[in-house]
Amino acid sequence: MEHIRVPKVENVRLTDRINPRKSSVGTLYLTATHTIFVESETGVRSETWVLHSLVCSVEKQAPTATGCPLLIHCKNFQVLHFVFPQECDCHDVQVSLQRLSQPECYEELYCFSYKPNIDKEERQQQWDFLDLKAEFSRMGVPNSLWKLSSVNRDYKVSDTYPADLFVPKSATPPLIVGSSKFRSRGRFPTLSYYCKENHAAICRSSQPLSGFSARCLEDEQMLEAILRSNPRSDFMYVVDTRPKLNAIANRAAGKGYENEDNYSNIKFQFIAIENIHVMRNSQQKMLEVCELRSPSMSDFLEGLESSGWLKHIKAVVDAGIFIAKAVAEEGVSVLVHCSDGWDRTAQVCSVACVFDSKLLFSHPTNTGSEVSPIIDQFLECVWQLMEQFPCAFEFNERFLITIHSHIYSCQYGNFIGNNQRERKELGVRERTHSLWMYLWTNRTDYINPLYRPDHSQTQGLLRPSTAPYCFKFWRGLYNRFDKGMHPRQSVQDYLMAIQEETQQLEEQLASHQKVGDYLALANTPQDYTEGFITSSPCQHRAPESSLIILPQELNQTFDPNLSNNSDQESGIADLSCRSPLSEDSTRDPDSDEAAYFAA
Amino acid sequence: MEFAELIKTPRVDGVVLHRPFMPTVEGTLCLTGHHLILSSRQDNTEELWLLHSNIDSIEKRFVGCLGSIIVKCKDLRVIQLDIPGMEECLNIASSIEALSTLDSISLMYPFFYRPMFEVIDDGWNSFLPEDAFKDLESMTDEWRLSEVNKDFSVCPSYAPLVAVPKGIDDDTLRKVATFRHGGRFPVLSYYHKKNGMVMMRAGQPLTGTNGRRCKEDEKLINATLRPGKRGYIIDTRTINVAQQAKARGGGFESEANYPQWRRIHKAIERSNVLQDSLIKLVEACNDQSHNMDRWLSKLEASNWQTHVKEILTTACLAAQCIDREGASVLVHGTEGADSTLQVTSLAQIILDPACRTIRGFQGLIEREWLQAGHPFQQRCAQSAYSNSKPRQEAPVFLLFLDCVWQILRQFPCSFEFNENFLVQLFEHAYASQFGTFMGNSAAERAKLSLPEKTVSLWSWVNRPQELERLSNPLYEANSLVIWPSVAPQSLLLWEGVFLRWNRSSKCLDEAYEEMVHIIEYNKELQNKVNSLRRQLAQLETEDPLLQTP
Repeated sequence: MEHIRVPKVENVRLTDRINPRKSSVGTLYLTATHTIFVESETGVRSETWVLHSLVCSVEKQAPTATGCPLLIHCKNFQVLHFVFPQECDCHDVQVSLQRLSQPECYEELYCFSYKPNIDKEERQQQWDFLDLKAEFSRMGVPNSLWKLSSVNRDYKVSDTYPADLFVPKSATPPLIVGSSKFRSRGRFPTLSYYCKENHAAICRSSQPLSGFSARCLEDEQMLEAILRSNPRSDFMYVVDTRPKLNAIANRAAGKGYENEDNYSNIKFQFIAIENIHVMRNSQQKMLEVCELRSPSMSDFLEGLESSGWLKHIKAVVDAGIFIAKAVAEEGVSVLVHCSDGWDRTAQVCSVACVFDSKLLFSHPTNTGSEVSPIIDQFLECVWQLMEQFPCAFEFNERFLITIHSHIYSCQYGNFIGNNQRERKELGVRERTHSLWMYLWTNRTDYINPLYRPDHSQTQGLLRPSTAPYCFKFWRGLYNRFDKGMHPRQSVQDYLMAIQEETQQLEEQLASHQKVGDYLALANTPQDYTEGFITSSPCQHRAPESSLIILPQELNQTFDPNLSNNSDQESGIADLSCRSPLSEDSTRDPDSDEAAYFAA
Repeated sequence: MEFAELIKTPRVDGVVLHRPFMPTVEGTLCLTGHHLILSSRQDNTEELWLLHSNIDSIEKRFVGCLGSIIVKCKDLRVIQLDIPGMEECLNIASSIEALSTLDSISLMYPFFYRPMFEVIDDGWNSFLPEDAFKDLESMTDEWRLSEVNKDFSVCPSYAPLVAVPKGIDDDTLRKVATFRHGGRFPVLSYYHKKNGMVMMRAGQPLTGTNGRRCKEDEKLINATLRPGKRGYIIDTRTINVAQQAKARGGGFESEANYPQWRRIHKAIERSNVLQDSLIKLVEACNDQSHNMDRWLSKLEASNWQTHVKEILTTACLAAQCIDREGASVLVHGTEGADSTLQVTSLAQIILDPACRTIRGFQGLIEREWLQAGHPFQQRCAQSAYSNSKPRQEAPVFLLFLDCVWQILRQFPCSFEFNENFLVQLFEHAYASQFGTFMGNSAAERAKLSLPEKTVSLWSWVNRPQELERLSNPLYEANSLVIWPSVAPQSLLLWEGVFLRWNRSSKCLDEAYEEMVHIIEYNKELQNKVNSLRRQLAQLETEDPLLQTP
């Protein structure tokens, strides 16, 4: 722990970003994995834990009369504003955190030191929980049209692709290798989603190395093989998710896009989604808007507009809809690519899949995108759809936010490394834990109470509106830590509590009915000859069953005078949790005070 | 009757109706004195019944001899009628135009409407000031109900009965009335039971440029202060606007004459600005360009959300002064009948759990809007599609409802009513078969004999069938003060009104039904378990031997 220059600083002030008047004083600890702030003033010990891997930037500001401020931005959009009494402490914490938050090698990542109490076997099971091969088998491949190819087993054809890939049945290894040589970074067309019902497929690849006129027979044959794998269709779409200008510019570098004349029966289409640099900039701008201190409505809306973020989200959803419609409605296969085919392509394919299959718990799309706003956008696109189709998804917003957090936290091995080869080399499966299992184990927290598998919204293709007003700012993620901004009562939590109660009631009902049946039976006059032998028919039939069948709480809360106490609450767990108003609505309005008094 | 002259063509066959997100309907168009009706011969196709008074404006288009009339309604819906025959189309258009802009109030539909339901609970008698005062009397004896305005001579826009401090006699009130805009002397708006603090409202003081003062006015409002305590005057205008008002005889309470009061200026916009804002917002919502930048910039330029934020913030401030600072508050703007009422009524929703019930909310609208003299008829004469130059129109009440909706969104379990109720109130304020929102003041309503000649909206609402539709299944009485967030991120566009006709609500309606189903199933189970428990108890008492040892 040579990186920790100062393990503990006292009398540090944590100020509230929205309302600087509301701050707390406490002790700051630096550990190997976390920054911990322990509030010392109040009777209730309140702690703030921040994982080093979530720290995005540590900024020391000019000292003021009150002390030396340190601003910490986190990748999960938490912003912490500390004020240190001593400048040297502030400096030491800054330097330590900068080092701790930027691991120099994979080995330093938290997932390699994160040791929950789980044995080795269970860990292995965790990783088997989500198996991509099983995912494909759920889609219905391999079959007579698609086969598993081992051509990339040693990551030699494309080092950024997984080892197991699905390709058209007729695609021979030489064909694949030939095609891969004509594709940027060897990322040849491979299956991403297969629609059992109509055989249409979504494939992805990187851009062709077409330059101004280059051709590749194998690549052309590869596309034809994909087309033929969809026997009912006589053409396929090739979708380039870049703005046309970018694609044209790439031609000068010997890359580019497919020429419709060289490929038989393709329809080529640009769907303009900006590249990762534009997206990162846009997100940065939006986050700056989120962080404004008491902004006016105009500041906020103008900032949101000029960030362009929602425009990009809409573009991704539009692209997803195009592809999903092509596959599910037209029954036409689609090849999607951008430049390298790992950001926009993966994103658009996933969004398209969401429309069709609604992404249940069992198959989150683990495409292994590098950490970028691209995956944020994917999660946000799903959230936007959830807003339009509240009954269509089995999971809730919290699920998306938790995934988001862990993509950056490096607590689980799922998102580390850039591709399967790197993950294998790192021994991710042997040395780290899987997020999907964690989510599954805690699934009650992530269930959407409005979801029903037989609901009409879960059937068939989702048809979202992409009118601009249907896209909303995702406060739940980007202002996640500004507690005062969120609804003080959550419908979702309320319904979840109700459902839990309902479940308990169902159990009670079943056990009461049993007891009731039994008592009714006991009270029915019958079998008189036997009756004379023992004093009570009840005791005779089941001397102890009344004690066994009666549920515990019935014995405890049973009130013999119940008949004149008809409104008695049933003896289920305390429901105070059901009303989520709790302390929030009673809480001090001071946090809003600044806002109310402002101007 | 007069209507017959206006209806040139009472009936046209083969008219095609286009409505957003609904199948087109072909049928017969009929015009009556108050309705535009389109009925098809097919069964189970919905008929269209549109009140002429709901029509904001119409447009005509011709392609060959097929004419189309685009009808834009005050509830923001836009429908299209394709009418075969040029002459018929022109006739229908001019008839609609005439019928939807009738000048004479006595020709309005509420005077002709006969309820098809039995009036059990007559809404006209449900919220009388004397009843509200009885509640107040049970909490404090510091106030009295004055009859000084019994014939509406002291303040034409006030109700005949108003609550004023006990120590202030009617003569003083008469003098104060001459010092306040529109005769609107300070009256009680809300009494905060928790700490005895009050909220009052009034018109602006008529100080003028030479700083006129009125001892009686000072005496009146000081009478509401506890010894040694200061109060807050919330002026809904900016200091500049308030200064400018002096030139026109208005003004504000100076520190020198009101040393016990601290004045805070806020910036709630005036009527014509608000109307303009509504028109821009609705225009943005109807923009078909599908361009994100354009949508966001139009939304921003409309300033609607800015108004929502400003009004809510001011209401929170008033509530905070009362509940947290333990101070009494006087709220006014210029006339004291628009922004003032937005603030006083919203503050009560924040502070008083009773206002969050269906009945309590009705009472609030009666007290703080109808009896307080909000000029509904002027403000709601036209909506967002009007072509005519706005005169007195302003979506003041709609903004209030929007703010309530914002609080409802943030505290979804604390209101007995749901969004439907708010939408319904918006519709009825602009066009209605009921007399509740007719006229501009209690005086006008009395003159029109509305209680005798029309049905109250509350009579309709307070029937079990309707109450069920308006009830919030999530409601659990919350006795606490609720503090909404006014951050821009927390304030949303009220889709239920502004996007209502622009997107299908099917999926959201389904989600609502699903929610209702979850809650009802839970209740059903609870009842079953309870009744089983009773049965078990019964069985056990019948057979003592079964009792557990």
